[in-house]
Amino acid sequence: MRNNKLICAPYTVWMTLFIIVPMGLVAFFAFTDRSGAFTLHNIAQVGQYSNVFLRSIWLGAIATAVSLLLGYPLAYIIARANPSRQSALVMLVMLPMWMNFLLRTYAWMTLLEDNGLLNALLTAVGLPRLHMINTAGAVVLGMVYNYIPYMILPLYSVLTKIDPSVIEAAQDLGADSKKVFLKVIFPMSMPGVISGVTMVFVPAVSTFIISKMLGGGGNLLIGDLIDMQFLGSAYNPNLGSAISLVLMVIILICMGIMNQFDDGEEVGGGMLL
Amino acid sequence: MKILLKIYTALLFVFLYAPILVLIVFSFNDTQTSSRTQFSGFTLRWYERLFEDRYILEALFNTLLIAVVSAVCATVLGTLAAVGINRLKKLPRRVMMNITNFPMVNPEIVTGVSMMLLFVAATGLFGGKNLGMWTLIIAHITFCLPYVILSVLPKLRQMNPNLYEAAQDLGCPPIPAFFKVVLPEIMPGIITGMIMAFTLSIDDFVISYFTSGTTQTLPIYIYTMTRRRISPEINALSTVLFVCIMALLILINVRQSKAEKEQREKGDAR
Repeated sequence: MRNNKLICAPYTVWMTLFIIVPMGLVAFFAFTDRSGAFTLHNIAQVGQYSNVFLRSIWLGAIATAVSLLLGYPLAYIIARANPSRQSALVMLVMLPMWMNFLLRTYAWMTLLEDNGLLNALLTAVGLPRLHMINTAGAVVLGMVYNYIPYMILPLYSVLTKIDPSVIEAAQDLGADSKKVFLKVIFPMSMPGVISGVTMVFVPAVSTFIISKMLGGGGNLLIGDLIDMQFLGSAYNPNLGSAISLVLMVIILICMGIMNQFDDGEEVGGGMLL
Repeated sequence: MKILLKIYTALLFVFLYAPILVLIVFSFNDTQTSSRTQFSGFTLRWYERLFEDRYILEALFNTLLIAVVSAVCATVLGTLAAVGINRLKKLPRRVMMNITNFPMVNPEIVTGVSMMLLFVAATGLFGGKNLGMWTLIIAHITFCLPYVILSVLPKLRQMNPNLYEAAQDLGCPPIPAFFKVVLPEIMPGIITGMIMAFTLSIDDFVISYFTSGTTQTLPIYIYTMTRRRISPEINALSTVLFVCIMALLILINVRQSKAEKEQREKGDAR
Protein backbone atom coordinates (compact mmCIF):
# COMPACT_ATOMS: atom_id res chain seq x y z
CA MET A 1 0.00 0.00 0.00
CA ARG A 2 1.87 3.01 -1.21
CA ASN A 3 -0.57 5.70 -0.07
CA ASN A 4 0.14 4.87 3.59
CA LYS A 5 2.80 7.46 4.06
CA LEU A 6 0.75 10.11 2.32
CA ILE A 7 -2.03 9.82 4.92
CA CYS A 8 0.36 11.09 7.55
CA ALA A 9 1.71 13.89 5.39
CA PRO A 10 -0.78 16.68 6.16
CA TYR A 11 -0.32 16.12 9.87
CA THR A 12 3.46 16.01 9.58
CA VAL A 13 3.45 19.27 7.63
CA TRP A 14 1.06 20.86 10.13
CA MET A 15 3.07 19.89 13.19
CA THR A 16 6.33 20.94 11.54
CA LEU A 17 4.90 24.35 10.71
CA PHE A 18 3.12 25.05 13.96
CA ILE A 19 5.06 23.15 16.62
CA ILE A 20 8.63 22.60 15.45
CA VAL A 21 9.19 25.88 13.58
CA PRO A 22 7.79 27.97 16.48
CA MET A 23 10.07 26.16 18.91
CA GLY A 24 12.95 26.92 16.58
CA LEU A 25 11.91 30.56 16.65
CA VAL A 26 11.93 30.57 20.46
CA ALA A 27 15.47 29.19 20.38
CA PHE A 28 16.47 31.70 17.70
CA PHE A 29 15.10 34.67 19.65
CA ALA A 30 16.69 33.42 22.85
CA PHE A 31 20.16 33.49 21.30
CA THR A 32 19.92 36.72 19.31
CA ASP A 33 19.55 40.39 20.11
CA ARG A 34 17.13 42.86 18.60
CA SER A 35 19.14 43.22 15.40
CA GLY A 36 19.32 39.45 14.95
CA ALA A 37 23.00 39.00 15.86
CA PHE A 38 24.06 36.03 17.97
CA THR A 39 24.35 36.74 21.67
CA LEU A 40 24.36 34.94 25.00
CA HIS A 41 23.22 38.06 26.79
CA ASN A 42 19.57 36.96 27.12
CA ILE A 43 20.41 33.62 28.64
CA ALA A 44 22.84 35.31 31.03
CA GLN A 45 20.12 37.77 31.99
CA VAL A 46 17.79 34.93 33.01
CA GLY A 47 20.14 34.42 35.96
CA GLN A 48 18.90 37.70 37.42
CA TYR A 49 15.50 36.14 37.85
CA SER A 50 16.66 33.04 39.67
CA ASN A 51 14.57 34.07 42.69
CA VAL A 52 11.42 34.05 40.51
CA PHE A 53 12.36 30.61 39.17
CA LEU A 54 12.99 29.29 42.65
CA ARG A 55 9.70 30.71 43.90
CA SER A 56 7.76 29.16 41.02
CA ILE A 57 9.32 25.76 41.51
CA TRP A 58 8.88 25.96 45.28
CA LEU A 59 5.21 27.01 45.15
CA GLY A 60 4.51 24.50 42.37
CA ALA A 61 6.11 21.72 44.40
CA ILE A 62 4.10 22.62 47.52
CA ALA A 63 0.88 22.72 45.50
CA THR A 64 1.72 19.33 43.96
CA ALA A 65 2.45 17.79 47.37
CA VAL A 66 -0.76 19.19 48.89
CA SER A 67 -2.77 17.94 45.90
CA LEU A 68 -1.27 14.49 46.28
CA LEU A 69 -1.92 14.36 50.04
CA LEU A 70 -5.50 15.60 49.69
CA GLY A 71 -6.30 13.82 46.45
CA TYR A 72 -4.96 10.35 47.18
CA PRO A 73 -7.46 9.50 49.96
CA LEU A 74 -10.35 10.76 47.86
CA ALA A 75 -9.23 8.77 44.81
CA TYR A 76 -8.98 5.71 47.05
CA ILE A 77 -12.42 6.29 48.56
CA ILE A 78 -13.97 6.66 45.09
CA ALA A 79 -12.19 3.54 43.80
CA ARG A 80 -13.58 1.56 46.77
CA ALA A 81 -17.10 2.96 46.51
CA ASN A 82 -20.08 1.10 45.18
CA PRO A 83 -19.55 0.78 41.39
CA SER A 84 -22.87 2.45 40.68
CA ARG A 85 -21.79 5.52 42.65
CA GLN A 86 -18.27 5.66 41.25
CA SER A 87 -19.12 7.33 37.98
CA ALA A 88 -21.25 9.94 39.75
CA LEU A 89 -18.39 10.74 42.14
CA VAL A 90 -15.90 10.97 39.28
CA MET A 91 -18.25 13.35 37.51
CA LEU A 92 -18.45 15.49 40.64
CA VAL A 93 -14.66 15.73 40.65
CA MET A 94 -14.59 16.70 36.98
CA LEU A 95 -17.48 19.15 36.94
CA PRO A 96 -15.60 22.16 38.38
CA MET A 97 -12.90 21.64 35.78
CA TRP A 98 -15.42 22.39 33.08
CA MET A 99 -15.89 25.85 34.39
CA ASN A 100 -13.37 28.32 33.09
CA PHE A 101 -10.46 28.52 35.50
CA LEU A 102 -10.49 32.31 35.40
CA LEU A 103 -13.97 32.30 36.89
CA ARG A 104 -13.02 29.78 39.53
CA THR A 105 -9.98 31.80 40.51
CA TYR A 106 -12.11 34.94 40.54
CA ALA A 107 -14.42 33.17 43.00
CA TRP A 108 -11.50 32.65 45.33
CA MET A 109 -10.72 36.36 45.18
CA THR A 110 -14.21 36.95 46.55
CA LEU A 111 -13.63 34.45 49.33
CA LEU A 112 -10.14 35.46 50.38
CA GLU A 113 -10.34 39.26 50.30
CA ASP A 114 -9.76 41.27 53.45
CA ASN A 115 -13.47 42.11 53.45
CA GLY A 116 -14.23 38.74 51.89
CA LEU A 117 -16.57 35.98 52.86
CA LEU A 118 -14.07 33.90 54.80
CA ASN A 119 -13.14 36.88 56.93
CA ALA A 120 -16.83 37.68 57.44
CA LEU A 121 -17.25 34.11 58.60
CA LEU A 122 -14.29 34.39 60.97
CA THR A 123 -15.55 37.60 62.56
CA ALA A 124 -19.02 36.10 62.88
CA VAL A 125 -17.54 33.26 64.92
CA GLY A 126 -15.53 35.74 66.95
CA LEU A 127 -12.09 35.02 65.53
CA PRO A 128 -9.69 37.72 64.34
CA ARG A 129 -9.52 38.52 60.63
CA LEU A 130 -6.77 36.98 58.55
CA HIS A 131 -4.92 38.59 55.70
CA MET A 132 -5.13 35.94 52.99
CA ILE A 133 -5.27 37.52 49.56
CA ASN A 134 -2.02 38.59 47.90
CA THR A 135 0.05 36.06 49.81
CA ALA A 136 2.04 33.07 48.61
CA GLY A 137 -0.43 30.87 50.48
CA ALA A 138 -3.31 32.17 48.38
CA VAL A 139 -1.36 31.34 45.21
CA VAL A 140 -0.76 27.78 46.41
CA LEU A 141 -4.45 27.48 47.32
CA GLY A 142 -5.44 28.63 43.84
CA MET A 143 -3.07 26.10 42.25
CA VAL A 144 -4.36 23.24 44.40
CA TYR A 145 -7.96 24.20 43.72
CA ASN A 146 -7.49 24.43 39.97
CA TYR A 147 -5.33 21.38 39.44
CA ILE A 148 -6.39 18.83 42.08
CA PRO A 149 -8.77 17.04 39.66
CA TYR A 150 -5.75 16.28 37.46
CA MET A 151 -4.29 14.48 40.48
CA ILE A 152 -7.44 12.63 41.53
CA LEU A 153 -8.44 11.28 38.11
CA PRO A 154 -5.25 9.37 37.16
CA LEU A 155 -4.95 8.09 40.74
CA TYR A 156 -8.52 6.85 40.63
CA SER A 157 -8.07 5.11 37.29
CA VAL A 158 -5.02 3.24 38.61
CA LEU A 159 -6.51 2.42 42.00
CA THR A 160 -9.72 1.07 40.55
CA LYS A 161 -7.75 -1.41 38.47
CA ILE A 162 -5.99 -3.00 41.44
CA ASP A 163 -7.31 -6.52 41.84
CA PRO A 164 -8.92 -6.82 45.32
CA SER A 165 -7.65 -10.38 45.57
CA VAL A 166 -4.08 -9.05 45.65
CA ILE A 167 -4.95 -7.02 48.74
CA GLU A 168 -6.75 -9.99 50.26
CA ALA A 169 -3.72 -12.15 49.60
CA ALA A 170 -1.51 -9.68 51.45
CA GLN A 171 -3.94 -9.68 54.36
CA ASP A 172 -4.10 -13.46 54.39
CA LEU A 173 -0.32 -13.55 54.55
CA GLY A 174 -0.49 -11.49 57.73
CA ALA A 175 0.08 -7.89 56.63
CA ASP A 176 -1.70 -5.25 58.68
CA SER A 177 -3.52 -2.44 56.91
CA LYS A 178 -0.52 -0.08 57.13
CA LYS A 179 1.72 -2.67 55.54
CA VAL A 180 -0.85 -3.51 52.88
CA PHE A 181 -0.95 0.13 51.90
CA LEU A 182 2.82 0.71 51.94
CA LYS A 183 3.86 -2.56 50.31
CA VAL A 184 0.98 -3.33 47.97
CA ILE A 185 -1.43 -0.51 47.21
CA PHE A 186 0.95 2.44 47.05
CA PRO A 187 3.60 0.75 44.87
CA MET A 188 0.89 -0.49 42.53
CA SER A 189 -0.56 3.00 42.22
CA MET A 190 2.83 4.52 41.34
CA PRO A 191 2.02 5.12 37.64
CA GLY A 192 -1.03 7.13 38.73
CA VAL A 193 1.02 9.09 41.26
CA ILE A 194 3.57 9.95 38.59
CA SER A 195 1.09 11.09 35.98
CA GLY A 196 -0.85 13.01 38.63
CA VAL A 197 2.29 14.74 39.88
CA THR A 198 3.35 15.79 36.37
CA MET A 199 -0.14 16.89 35.44
CA VAL A 200 -0.28 19.18 38.47
CA PHE A 201 3.34 20.31 38.59
CA VAL A 202 3.74 21.41 34.96
CA PRO A 203 0.76 23.80 34.83
CA ALA A 204 1.37 24.98 38.42
CA VAL A 205 4.97 25.99 37.72
CA SER A 206 4.10 27.79 34.49
CA THR A 207 0.87 29.52 35.53
CA PHE A 208 0.62 33.26 35.25
CA ILE A 209 -2.99 34.09 35.97
CA ILE A 210 -3.39 32.52 39.38
CA SER A 211 -0.40 34.40 40.72
CA LYS A 212 -1.66 37.65 39.22
CA MET A 213 -5.17 37.30 40.63
CA LEU A 214 -4.46 35.81 44.04
CA GLY A 215 -0.84 36.73 44.65
CA GLY A 216 -0.94 40.46 44.06
CA GLY A 217 2.23 42.01 42.72
CA GLY A 218 4.58 40.46 45.25
CA ASN A 219 4.40 36.85 44.13
CA LEU A 220 5.68 37.04 40.58
CA LEU A 221 6.08 33.65 38.90
CA ILE A 222 7.92 32.55 35.73
CA GLY A 223 4.71 32.76 33.75
CA ASP A 224 4.18 36.40 34.75
CA LEU A 225 7.74 37.16 33.73
CA ILE A 226 7.20 35.67 30.27
CA ASP A 227 3.87 37.45 29.92
CA MET A 228 5.54 40.78 30.74
CA GLN A 229 8.17 40.31 28.04
CA PHE A 230 5.66 39.55 25.30
CA LEU A 231 2.45 41.41 26.05
CA GLY A 232 3.30 43.49 29.10
CA SER A 233 5.21 46.58 30.01
CA ALA A 234 8.71 45.15 29.74
CA TYR A 235 8.41 44.28 26.04
CA ASN A 236 11.46 42.19 25.14
CA PRO A 237 10.72 39.02 23.14
CA ASN A 238 14.37 38.00 23.15
CA LEU A 239 14.54 37.85 26.93
CA GLY A 240 11.05 36.31 27.02
CA SER A 241 12.20 33.55 24.67
CA ALA A 242 15.26 32.89 26.80
CA ILE A 243 13.08 32.57 29.91
CA SER A 244 10.67 30.26 28.04
CA LEU A 245 13.56 28.13 26.89
CA VAL A 246 14.91 27.77 30.43
CA LEU A 247 11.41 26.98 31.74
CA MET A 248 11.02 24.29 29.09
CA VAL A 249 14.38 22.75 29.96
CA ILE A 250 13.49 22.70 33.67
CA ILE A 251 10.15 21.01 32.96
CA LEU A 252 11.75 18.44 30.64
CA ILE A 253 14.39 17.63 33.26
CA CYS A 254 11.68 17.18 35.91
CA MET A 255 9.71 14.91 33.61
CA GLY A 256 12.84 12.93 32.80
CA ILE A 257 13.50 12.38 36.50
CA MET A 258 9.89 11.33 37.07
CA ASN A 259 9.95 8.90 34.15
CA GLN A 260 13.16 7.37 35.44
CA PHE A 261 11.35 6.71 38.66
CA ASP A 262 8.46 5.13 36.79
CA ASP A 263 10.65 2.81 34.74
CA GLY A 264 12.47 1.70 37.88
CA GLU A 265 9.18 0.67 39.43
CA GLU A 266 8.12 -1.21 36.37
CA VAL A 267 11.38 -3.11 36.20
CA GLY A 268 10.99 -4.00 39.87
CA GLY A 269 7.46 -5.23 39.29
CA GLY A 270 8.54 -7.18 36.24
CA MET A 271 11.30 -8.87 38.15
CA LEU A 272 8.91 -9.97 40.85
CA LEU A 273 6.69 -11.59 38.29
CA MET B 1 -13.80 4.93 60.37
CA LYS B 2 -16.47 4.92 57.70
CA ILE B 3 -17.94 8.15 59.03
CA LEU B 4 -14.51 9.75 58.98
CA LEU B 5 -14.12 8.81 55.33
CA LYS B 6 -17.50 10.28 54.54
CA ILE B 7 -16.67 13.51 56.33
CA TYR B 8 -13.38 13.70 54.43
CA THR B 9 -15.13 13.21 51.09
CA ALA B 10 -17.76 15.79 51.98
CA LEU B 11 -15.14 18.35 53.04
CA LEU B 12 -13.20 17.98 49.80
CA PHE B 13 -16.36 18.43 47.77
CA VAL B 14 -17.20 21.52 49.81
CA PHE B 15 -13.72 22.82 48.92
CA LEU B 16 -14.37 22.09 45.24
CA TYR B 17 -17.86 23.54 45.08
CA ALA B 18 -17.98 26.38 47.62
CA PRO B 19 -16.42 28.96 45.27
CA ILE B 20 -18.81 28.04 42.48
CA LEU B 21 -21.76 28.26 44.85
CA VAL B 22 -20.61 31.69 45.99
CA LEU B 23 -20.41 32.86 42.38
CA ILE B 24 -23.92 31.65 41.70
CA VAL B 25 -25.47 33.14 44.85
CA PHE B 26 -23.93 36.55 44.22
CA SER B 27 -25.15 36.62 40.64
CA PHE B 28 -28.59 37.34 42.12
CA ASN B 29 -27.29 40.00 44.47
CA ASP B 30 -29.16 43.30 44.24
CA THR B 31 -26.59 45.89 45.12
CA GLN B 32 -25.65 49.34 43.93
CA THR B 33 -22.10 49.32 45.21
CA SER B 34 -21.26 46.02 43.49
CA SER B 35 -19.98 44.74 46.79
CA ARG B 36 -18.84 41.20 46.39
CA THR B 37 -19.53 40.15 49.93
CA GLN B 38 -22.83 41.54 51.16
CA PHE B 39 -26.06 40.06 50.00
CA SER B 40 -28.74 42.72 49.81
CA GLY B 41 -31.72 41.31 47.99
CA PHE B 42 -32.66 39.28 44.95
CA THR B 43 -32.43 40.59 41.39
CA LEU B 44 -32.13 39.34 37.84
CA ARG B 45 -30.62 42.63 36.70
CA TRP B 46 -27.17 41.20 36.02
CA TYR B 47 -28.62 38.58 33.74
CA GLU B 48 -30.48 41.24 31.76
CA ARG B 49 -27.31 43.26 31.43
CA LEU B 50 -25.39 40.18 30.40
CA PHE B 51 -27.68 39.46 27.47
CA GLU B 52 -27.63 43.08 26.39
CA ASP B 53 -23.84 43.25 26.46
CA ARG B 54 -22.77 43.40 22.82
CA TYR B 55 -19.15 42.55 23.63
CA ILE B 56 -20.04 39.41 25.53
CA LEU B 57 -22.32 38.19 22.76
CA GLU B 58 -19.63 38.87 20.18
CA ALA B 59 -17.03 37.06 22.28
CA LEU B 60 -19.42 34.13 22.69
CA PHE B 61 -19.97 33.98 18.94
CA ASN B 62 -16.21 34.05 18.27
CA THR B 63 -15.60 31.33 20.84
CA LEU B 64 -18.22 29.01 19.37
CA LEU B 65 -17.11 29.65 15.79
CA ILE B 66 -13.48 28.92 16.63
CA ALA B 67 -14.45 25.84 18.62
CA VAL B 68 -16.57 24.35 15.83
CA VAL B 69 -14.08 25.07 13.04
CA SER B 70 -11.04 23.91 14.96
CA ALA B 71 -12.76 20.80 16.37
CA VAL B 72 -13.86 19.69 12.89
CA CYS B 73 -10.47 20.41 11.29
CA ALA B 74 -8.55 18.79 14.15
CA THR B 75 -10.78 15.71 14.00
CA VAL B 76 -10.34 15.19 10.24
CA LEU B 77 -6.62 15.88 10.30
CA GLY B 78 -6.09 13.91 13.50
CA THR B 79 -8.04 10.85 12.36
CA LEU B 80 -6.06 10.67 9.12
CA ALA B 81 -2.86 11.11 11.08
CA ALA B 82 -3.82 8.34 13.51
CA VAL B 83 -4.56 5.95 10.65
CA GLY B 84 -1.21 6.83 9.09
CA ILE B 85 0.73 6.58 12.35
CA ASN B 86 -0.84 3.22 13.10
CA ARG B 87 0.58 1.81 9.87
CA LEU B 88 4.08 3.22 10.31
CA LYS B 89 7.05 1.09 11.23
CA LYS B 90 8.39 1.22 14.75
CA LEU B 91 10.99 3.97 14.49
CA PRO B 92 9.05 6.55 12.47
CA ARG B 93 6.02 5.83 14.63
CA ARG B 94 8.04 6.62 17.72
CA VAL B 95 9.17 9.91 16.19
CA MET B 96 5.59 10.82 15.31
CA MET B 97 4.34 9.93 18.79
CA ASN B 98 7.01 12.09 20.38
CA ILE B 99 5.99 15.03 18.20
CA THR B 100 2.36 14.36 19.15
CA ASN B 101 3.08 14.19 22.86
CA PHE B 102 5.29 17.25 22.89
CA PRO B 103 2.59 19.96 22.98
CA MET B 104 0.83 18.06 25.75
CA VAL B 105 3.82 18.11 28.10
CA ASN B 106 5.18 21.48 27.03
CA PRO B 107 3.96 24.31 29.30
CA GLU B 108 0.99 26.00 27.65
CA ILE B 109 2.52 29.43 27.99
CA VAL B 110 5.60 28.36 26.00
CA THR B 111 3.40 26.91 23.24
CA GLY B 112 1.42 30.15 23.17
CA VAL B 113 4.48 32.36 23.07
CA SER B 114 6.16 30.27 20.37
CA MET B 115 3.10 30.47 18.12
CA MET B 116 2.87 34.19 18.72
CA LEU B 117 6.46 34.55 17.50
CA LEU B 118 5.62 32.53 14.38
CA PHE B 119 2.49 34.52 13.57
CA VAL B 120 4.18 37.86 14.14
CA ALA B 121 7.07 36.74 11.92
CA ALA B 122 4.62 35.52 9.28
CA THR B 123 2.68 38.78 9.17
CA GLY B 124 6.00 40.60 8.96
CA LEU B 125 7.19 38.46 6.05
CA PHE B 126 4.05 38.10 4.00
CA GLY B 127 2.25 41.29 4.95
CA GLY B 128 -1.14 39.79 5.54
CA LYS B 129 -3.58 40.56 8.29
CA ASN B 130 -2.73 41.02 11.92
CA LEU B 131 -3.24 38.34 14.53
CA GLY B 132 -6.89 37.49 14.98
CA MET B 133 -9.41 34.89 13.99
CA TRP B 134 -7.17 32.95 11.63
CA THR B 135 -4.28 32.70 14.08
CA LEU B 136 -6.68 31.63 16.83
CA ILE B 137 -8.11 28.86 14.64
CA ILE B 138 -4.65 27.61 13.64
CA ALA B 139 -3.49 27.63 17.25
CA HIS B 140 -6.60 25.81 18.46
CA ILE B 141 -6.34 23.13 15.77
CA THR B 142 -2.71 22.61 16.76
CA PHE B 143 -3.30 22.08 20.47
CA CYS B 144 -6.41 19.92 19.85
CA LEU B 145 -4.72 17.55 17.37
CA PRO B 146 -2.82 15.41 19.90
CA TYR B 147 -5.99 14.77 21.90
CA VAL B 148 -7.83 13.56 18.79
CA ILE B 149 -4.95 11.30 17.79
CA LEU B 150 -4.61 9.84 21.27
CA SER B 151 -8.30 8.99 21.42
CA VAL B 152 -8.43 7.46 17.91
CA LEU B 153 -5.20 5.42 18.09
CA PRO B 154 -6.35 2.96 20.79
CA LYS B 155 -9.48 2.16 18.76
CA LEU B 156 -7.31 1.44 15.71
CA ARG B 157 -5.11 -0.85 17.78
CA GLN B 158 -8.13 -2.76 19.10
CA MET B 159 -9.37 -3.32 15.57
CA ASN B 160 -8.67 -6.55 13.77
CA PRO B 161 -6.26 -5.54 10.97
CA ASN B 162 -7.46 -8.40 8.79
CA LEU B 163 -10.89 -6.80 8.41
CA TYR B 164 -9.60 -4.05 6.15
CA GLU B 165 -7.61 -6.50 4.07
CA ALA B 166 -10.56 -8.87 3.87
CA ALA B 167 -12.73 -6.09 2.47
CA GLN B 168 -10.10 -5.40 -0.16
CA ASP B 169 -9.72 -9.08 -0.98
CA LEU B 170 -13.45 -9.18 -1.55
CA GLY B 171 -13.05 -6.48 -4.16
CA CYS B 172 -13.65 -3.26 -2.26
CA PRO B 173 -11.29 -0.47 -3.32
CA PRO B 174 -9.13 0.99 -0.51
CA ILE B 175 -11.00 4.24 0.03
CA PRO B 176 -14.55 2.79 0.22
CA ALA B 177 -13.10 -0.03 2.33
CA PHE B 178 -11.81 2.57 4.76
CA PHE B 179 -15.19 4.27 4.98
CA LYS B 180 -17.17 1.04 5.25
CA VAL B 181 -14.93 -1.03 7.50
CA VAL B 182 -12.42 1.06 9.41
CA LEU B 183 -14.40 4.23 10.06
CA PRO B 184 -17.40 2.60 11.82
CA GLU B 185 -15.00 0.67 14.06
CA ILE B 186 -13.09 3.74 15.21
CA MET B 187 -16.09 6.08 15.33
CA PRO B 188 -16.39 6.13 19.16
CA GLY B 189 -12.77 7.30 19.39
CA ILE B 190 -13.34 9.96 16.75
CA ILE B 191 -16.39 11.31 18.56
CA THR B 192 -14.61 11.37 21.92
CA GLY B 193 -11.72 13.20 20.28
CA MET B 194 -14.02 15.73 18.67
CA ILE B 195 -15.87 16.45 21.93
CA MET B 196 -12.55 16.86 23.72
CA ALA B 197 -11.27 19.20 21.02
CA PHE B 198 -14.46 21.25 21.19
CA THR B 199 -14.39 21.66 24.97
CA LEU B 200 -10.65 22.33 25.08
CA SER B 201 -11.07 25.02 22.48
CA ILE B 202 -13.97 26.69 24.32
CA ASP B 203 -12.08 26.67 27.59
CA ASP B 204 -8.64 27.69 26.38
CA PHE B 205 -7.24 30.92 27.69
CA VAL B 206 -3.45 30.82 27.79
CA ILE B 207 -2.73 29.99 24.14
CA SER B 208 -5.57 32.23 22.90
CA TYR B 209 -4.23 35.08 25.00
CA PHE B 210 -0.97 35.11 23.05
CA THR B 211 -2.39 34.45 19.58
CA SER B 212 -5.59 36.51 19.53
CA GLY B 213 -4.39 40.00 18.65
CA THR B 214 -7.45 42.13 19.35
CA THR B 215 -10.04 39.42 18.73
CA GLN B 216 -12.06 38.62 21.84
CA THR B 217 -13.03 35.14 22.90
CA LEU B 218 -15.09 34.45 25.98
CA PRO B 219 -12.14 33.44 28.23
CA ILE B 220 -10.20 36.50 27.09
CA TYR B 221 -13.18 38.71 27.76
CA ILE B 222 -13.59 37.18 31.21
CA TYR B 223 -9.94 37.95 31.85
CA THR B 224 -10.35 41.61 30.93
CA MET B 225 -13.51 41.72 33.07
CA THR B 226 -11.71 40.40 36.14
CA ARG B 227 -9.01 43.01 35.69
CA ARG B 228 -11.00 46.04 34.67
CA ARG B 229 -13.85 46.23 37.13
CA ILE B 230 -15.74 44.22 39.64
CA SER B 231 -19.09 43.42 38.16
CA PRO B 232 -21.72 40.88 39.17
CA GLU B 233 -22.15 40.34 35.44
CA ILE B 234 -19.22 37.95 35.72
CA ASN B 235 -21.16 35.97 38.29
CA ALA B 236 -24.21 35.86 36.04
CA LEU B 237 -22.03 34.68 33.17
CA SER B 238 -20.46 31.96 35.34
CA THR B 239 -23.87 30.76 36.42
CA VAL B 240 -25.16 30.52 32.86
CA LEU B 241 -22.05 28.64 31.76
CA PHE B 242 -22.18 26.32 34.75
CA VAL B 243 -25.81 25.43 34.20
CA CYS B 244 -25.17 24.75 30.49
CA ILE B 245 -22.20 22.53 31.26
CA MET B 246 -24.06 20.64 33.95
CA ALA B 247 -27.04 20.03 31.67
CA LEU B 248 -24.70 18.81 28.92
CA LEU B 249 -22.83 16.47 31.26
CA ILE B 250 -26.01 15.03 32.72
CA LEU B 251 -27.34 14.47 29.22
CA ILE B 252 -24.16 12.66 28.15
CA ASN B 253 -24.14 10.60 31.33
CA VAL B 254 -27.77 9.54 30.96
CA ARG B 255 -27.20 8.59 27.34
CA GLN B 256 -24.11 6.63 28.25
CA SER B 257 -25.74 4.66 31.03
CA LYS B 258 -28.70 3.97 28.77
CA ALA B 259 -26.37 2.63 26.07
CA GLU B 260 -24.54 0.52 28.65
CA LYS B 261 -27.81 -0.87 29.91
CA GLU B 262 -28.92 -1.77 26.40
CA GLN B 263 -25.63 -3.43 25.75
CA ARG B 264 -25.92 -5.44 28.94
CA GLU B 265 -29.41 -6.54 28.01
CA LYS B 266 -28.20 -7.53 24.58
CA GLY B 267 -25.43 -9.54 26.21
CA ASP B 268 -27.93 -11.26 28.49
CA ALA B 269 -30.16 -12.16 25.57
CA ARG B 270 -27.26 -13.88 23.89
